[in-house]
Amino acid sequence: MAADLLPLAGLALSPDALVAAVQLLCPAAQARPDCDRPAVKVTVGDWPELAGRLRAHADLLFDLLETHTAIDWPESGRIELVYLLTSLRRGHHLTVFVDIPRDDPVAPSVCAVWPVAQWQEREVYDLFGVRYADHPDLRRLFLDDDWQGFPLRKDYADAFMLDRPS
Amino acid sequence: MTAPAPTTLRARLDATPWASPLGTQEYFVNMGPQHPSTHGVLRLVLKLDGETVREVVPVLGYIHRGIEKICEHSNYRQLVHLTDRMDYLSALANNWAVTRVVEKAAGLETNGRIEAIRTLVTELQRIHSHQLWWGVFGMDLGAFTPFFYGFRDREILTDVFERTIGGRLTLNYIQPGGVMHDIHPEFVRDVKAFMAVFRPRLDEYEALLSENVIVQERLRGVGVLSAADAVALGATGPVLRASGVAHDLRKAEPYGLYGQVQFDVPIGSRGDCWDRYAVRMCEMRQSLRIVDQLIDHIPEGKHFLVKPAAKIKVQPGVWYSHLETARGVLGAMLVSTGGEAPYRVHLRTPNFNNLWTVTAMAPGGRVGDLVAILSSLDLVVPDIDR
Repeated sequence: MAADLLPLAGLALSPDALVAAVQLLCPAAQARPDCDRPAVKVTVGDWPELAGRLRAHADLLFDLLETHTAIDWPESGRIELVYLLTSLRRGHHLTVFVDIPRDDPVAPSVCAVWPVAQWQEREVYDLFGVRYADHPDLRRLFLDDDWQGFPLRKDYADAFMLDRPS
Repeated sequence: MTAPAPTTLRARLDATPWASPLGTQEYFVNMGPQHPSTHGVLRLVLKLDGETVREVVPVLGYIHRGIEKICEHSNYRQLVHLTDRMDYLSALANNWAVTRVVEKAAGLETNGRIEAIRTLVTELQRIHSHQLWWGVFGMDLGAFTPFFYGFRDREILTDVFERTIGGRLTLNYIQPGGVMHDIHPEFVRDVKAFMAVFRPRLDEYEALLSENVIVQERLRGVGVLSAADAVALGATGPVLRASGVAHDLRKAEPYGLYGQVQFDVPIGSRGDCWDRYAVRMCEMRQSLRIVDQLIDHIPEGKHFLVKPAAKIKVQPGVWYSHLETARGVLGAMLVSTGGEAPYRVHLRTPNFNNLWTVTAMAPGGRVGDLVAILSSLDLVVPDIDR
């Protein structure tokens, strides 16, 4: 096993220290106190550079993109992207939220930082319609290529739904 | 920032021309969605040059049910009851993952008896799942006997579950605030009887398959996954550990009674099919060790602390909780805007993320080896599609 993947046991940062460390890298990052785990909200412009630094920074080492998903907020006209990061080596976690406009949902791809994002982002495209810039293979993942609409959006409706949004 | 126009599967396949150095013609073969070794409806489009695999393109969605959407129309108590339809071999761990996030969000308490029962049944199901994997793994490699041996011994555990839980496959047992029924009066005796039978049979499994030179030749050096690739491609569970990364949430973030029992986390060194096989074989012994330590020490108490009819309400916020199933990290994210139903539920499933390692492992190998690689990943397709 490569030495740079050995776990560094006992070096996890506390939630407060973790958020402070992220704010040093990205001063505009806001802490999200409504989450049960350390979480920050960053702007879509700051996100691509911060993603690379979260993975590479020696105190953070977020090597695993545990999952990526989105939340649709039609009332405020935004889609909130969620990135759940884990550091296997340090044993800490961070959740990153990024808001993008709902009527033109374009986001930067983080495939180059965490390769598994290629498929996680395809799932978010498939179900929320978020288009990722610089994605090598952006197409639907679960649904047919000619499917109309994005089912995890709150206002999605089709002829087969039993419980349609009012 | 400009985003590319989304493409189609057809365009994707046409977009990767490959020039054969020998001037041979490349061709596509559809493996699945109804191929026996894909264990469900997984379709892999293979780009082949003779028998050599050049590229694997997984095509998903044949069993997509939109569980996350259905969850948005369910209350917090109902969330649990679809989870056993994801990874049906880890139904109890799936129940538990969602239960934990609901308990965390709603501030529900549990007691020692509940945690002991949950840990025990989940660990028994890890053995149950690995027994099926072992049998099917043998069958995929062309040996039919392990399938019968695996199912014969699995039947004993299925009966144990049936007596306490009522179901045999899609088990619904762990729920917010407790477990659905108390354990059957004969549960402890039955589990001990199973362990007495299964310990020597595990040695028999090793003699039948592990020590078989054909099996070893077939698996060693096949489907090598480096530790760096495993992490980059999001692999967890035995797939990650076989590549040499000792990450197991039962150790890293103990939940249930895992903090109070002794067990080892087996890891591999090369990340080939053999290591993934060996890691699961060792895990069965470790699970027996955990059950052994707990089975005589189930505390007295109630098996539920929240009445089944009680409504569960959650304050606005975001919660996430994860645990280790037989296949890796299963996470559940809950977004609440208050009230009795979640605004959004996301399920991070181990198989969805483990699947992509095949795109790194298969190219350059033979079609026959691809079957061994898939079987060594131990995929359950409903957990990929959700």
